Amino acid sequence: MALKRELKRNYALYLMLLPAIILVLVYSYGPMAGLAIAFEKFTPSKGIFGSEWVGWKNFEYVIGLPETIHILWNTVYIALMKIVAGLIFPILIAILLNELKIKWFKRSIQTVIYMPYFLSWIIVGGILYDMLGREGIVNTFLSYFNVSNIFFFGNDTLFPYLLVTTDLWKTFGYATIIYLAAIVSINPTIYEAAIVDGASRWRQTLHVTLPGMAPIIVLLATLSIGNVLNAGFEQVLVLTNNNTNTLVLNSGEIIDTFVYRLGIANAQYGLATAVGLFKSCVSFFFVSLSYFLAYKLINYRIF
Amino acid sequence: MDVGHSTGRKLFLIANNVFLFLVALSCLLPFIHIMAVSFSSPAASTAGEVKLWPVEFTWKAYEYVIDKKEYLQSLAVSFKRVVLGTTINMLLTVLTAYPLSKTLRAFPMRTVFAWFFVFTILFGGGLIPWYIVIKYTGLMNSLWALVLPGAVQVYSIIILLNFFRQLPKELEESAFLDGAGHMNVLLRIYIPLSGPALATLLLFSIVDHWNAWFDGLILMNTPANYPLQSYMQTIVVNMSSLFLNTTNSEMLKEINDRTVKAAQILIGALPVLLAYPFLQRHFIKGIVLGSVKE
Repeated sequence: MALKRELKRNYALYLMLLPAIILVLVYSYGPMAGLAIAFEKFTPSKGIFGSEWVGWKNFEYVIGLPETIHILWNTVYIALMKIVAGLIFPILIAILLNELKIKWFKRSIQTVIYMPYFLSWIIVGGILYDMLGREGIVNTFLSYFNVSNIFFFGNDTLFPYLLVTTDLWKTFGYATIIYLAAIVSINPTIYEAAIVDGASRWRQTLHVTLPGMAPIIVLLATLSIGNVLNAGFEQVLVLTNNNTNTLVLNSGEIIDTFVYRLGIANAQYGLATAVGLFKSCVSFFFVSLSYFLAYKLINYRIF
Repeated sequence: MDVGHSTGRKLFLIANNVFLFLVALSCLLPFIHIMAVSFSSPAASTAGEVKLWPVEFTWKAYEYVIDKKEYLQSLAVSFKRVVLGTTINMLLTVLTAYPLSKTLRAFPMRTVFAWFFVFTILFGGGLIPWYIVIKYTGLMNSLWALVLPGAVQVYSIIILLNFFRQLPKELEESAFLDGAGHMNVLLRIYIPLSGPALATLLLFSIVDHWNAWFDGLILMNTPANYPLQSYMQTIVVNMSSLFLNTTNSEMLKEINDRTVKAAQILIGALPVLLAYPFLQRHFIKGIVLGSVKE
């Protein structure tokens, strides 16, 4: 009857939680249950319970496809490059920004660099298509130096790097703010002590600033581990013309677009869900690992 | 103190200023260039004459866009989505964060429920089951499909519950002694004290709803129900000309695909670009709140 007493005492709290619990049950846990489709020959009219159960067949089929391993490799390759670039470049920019002496100049630069973060990939994609197109300003500029016209969106070799660069361009300001906040919170007396000891600016950076940023660097680095299979679905979808630009699919097809192509474009629900289940499981492992490491290394807790 | 004023240091400072200035320019110039293209004549834009200033200035691309029925329709859908979606997001965030911010002593089930929500960050059903659940619950092709599946923002809830926990406990304790209920405490004490945090979460919710396009693209059956960014996706991604069926050669002297696309991109970015300078303090706070908690 302890339960009854608890319900009576805190009924308001349970009522407050109720709407969110229902919505999460339906739209987050519902799809988890729906992963059963991965083991079915799913027909929408028969539903999840009525469709034919085929066991591991969908997985066997996908593993047998020649492009599967290639797509997995593309995903990890692009994601890892993004993780590394997205970790190092913002640290550099934050340290350099901290060296700026003129307040308004520093502030203006900060304001400008994280603006692209808040625009959608549609907007950014539209701008990129215009600027990097055959008649775009980049090619116009290159022609001044007698560089022949580059078709950025038709170049298989270049495409992964185009993804990494443009993603870095769009997101580096975000991480820079976090690092800057960490630098600002370093106790100024440590710098004063270093100056008394005759440490140059460079030595101060090395022995005061970087160690002061270390917990945040460790945190963002560990949390980024969870993204090993996230190569940037929206970005790739936009920049491959909705997965139809066959010129770059060889290097630009990733797990998420593969699922999209199989499931949404071709209505192969079972196959697509099998691929999705694989991704969910691997991601679950890496995301959990990242939170566990963050907890062990710097005592980070989610709640 | 001489260390700070050596020639090497001076050279570094100059190089640093120039470098960061260039980095900032790289973030700014693309937008200025697109603006210049959108206000230029088709001939100038195709000839590659347009750099950072309009060539042969014209409003025509904007006139064409503003007159387009689909564009205005999608703009209306976007507004509805932002208003409805953000309201629901905020209501649920506040209502859910409050119970979860309680101590284990006050609310023994707190940890169980917290894990119930946090687990959805760690594991998910993925695209296809998500799509099918939305289909089964009958939301397809309605505004609710863009609003309900993402109504519970677990990250925002975590941010707010951590914020709630830092609030001084004396006020609520005395309120409870006076016989106030939880709803009263939430409305009269927690919410008034959480202004800055709520403003930031609100801003992020608005931006997220405004920017979302993928859900609209696959959950709406007719382009008439697309929000603006989904509609723009069809334009940005679509390589075929907007004017294939046009025999009006007069019109093609005034606008072309490129200038019209540029105009649409700019209008789509405009709300964020305009609000951004004024609200950037909140944007920063949101980023810092979300990543670094005490």
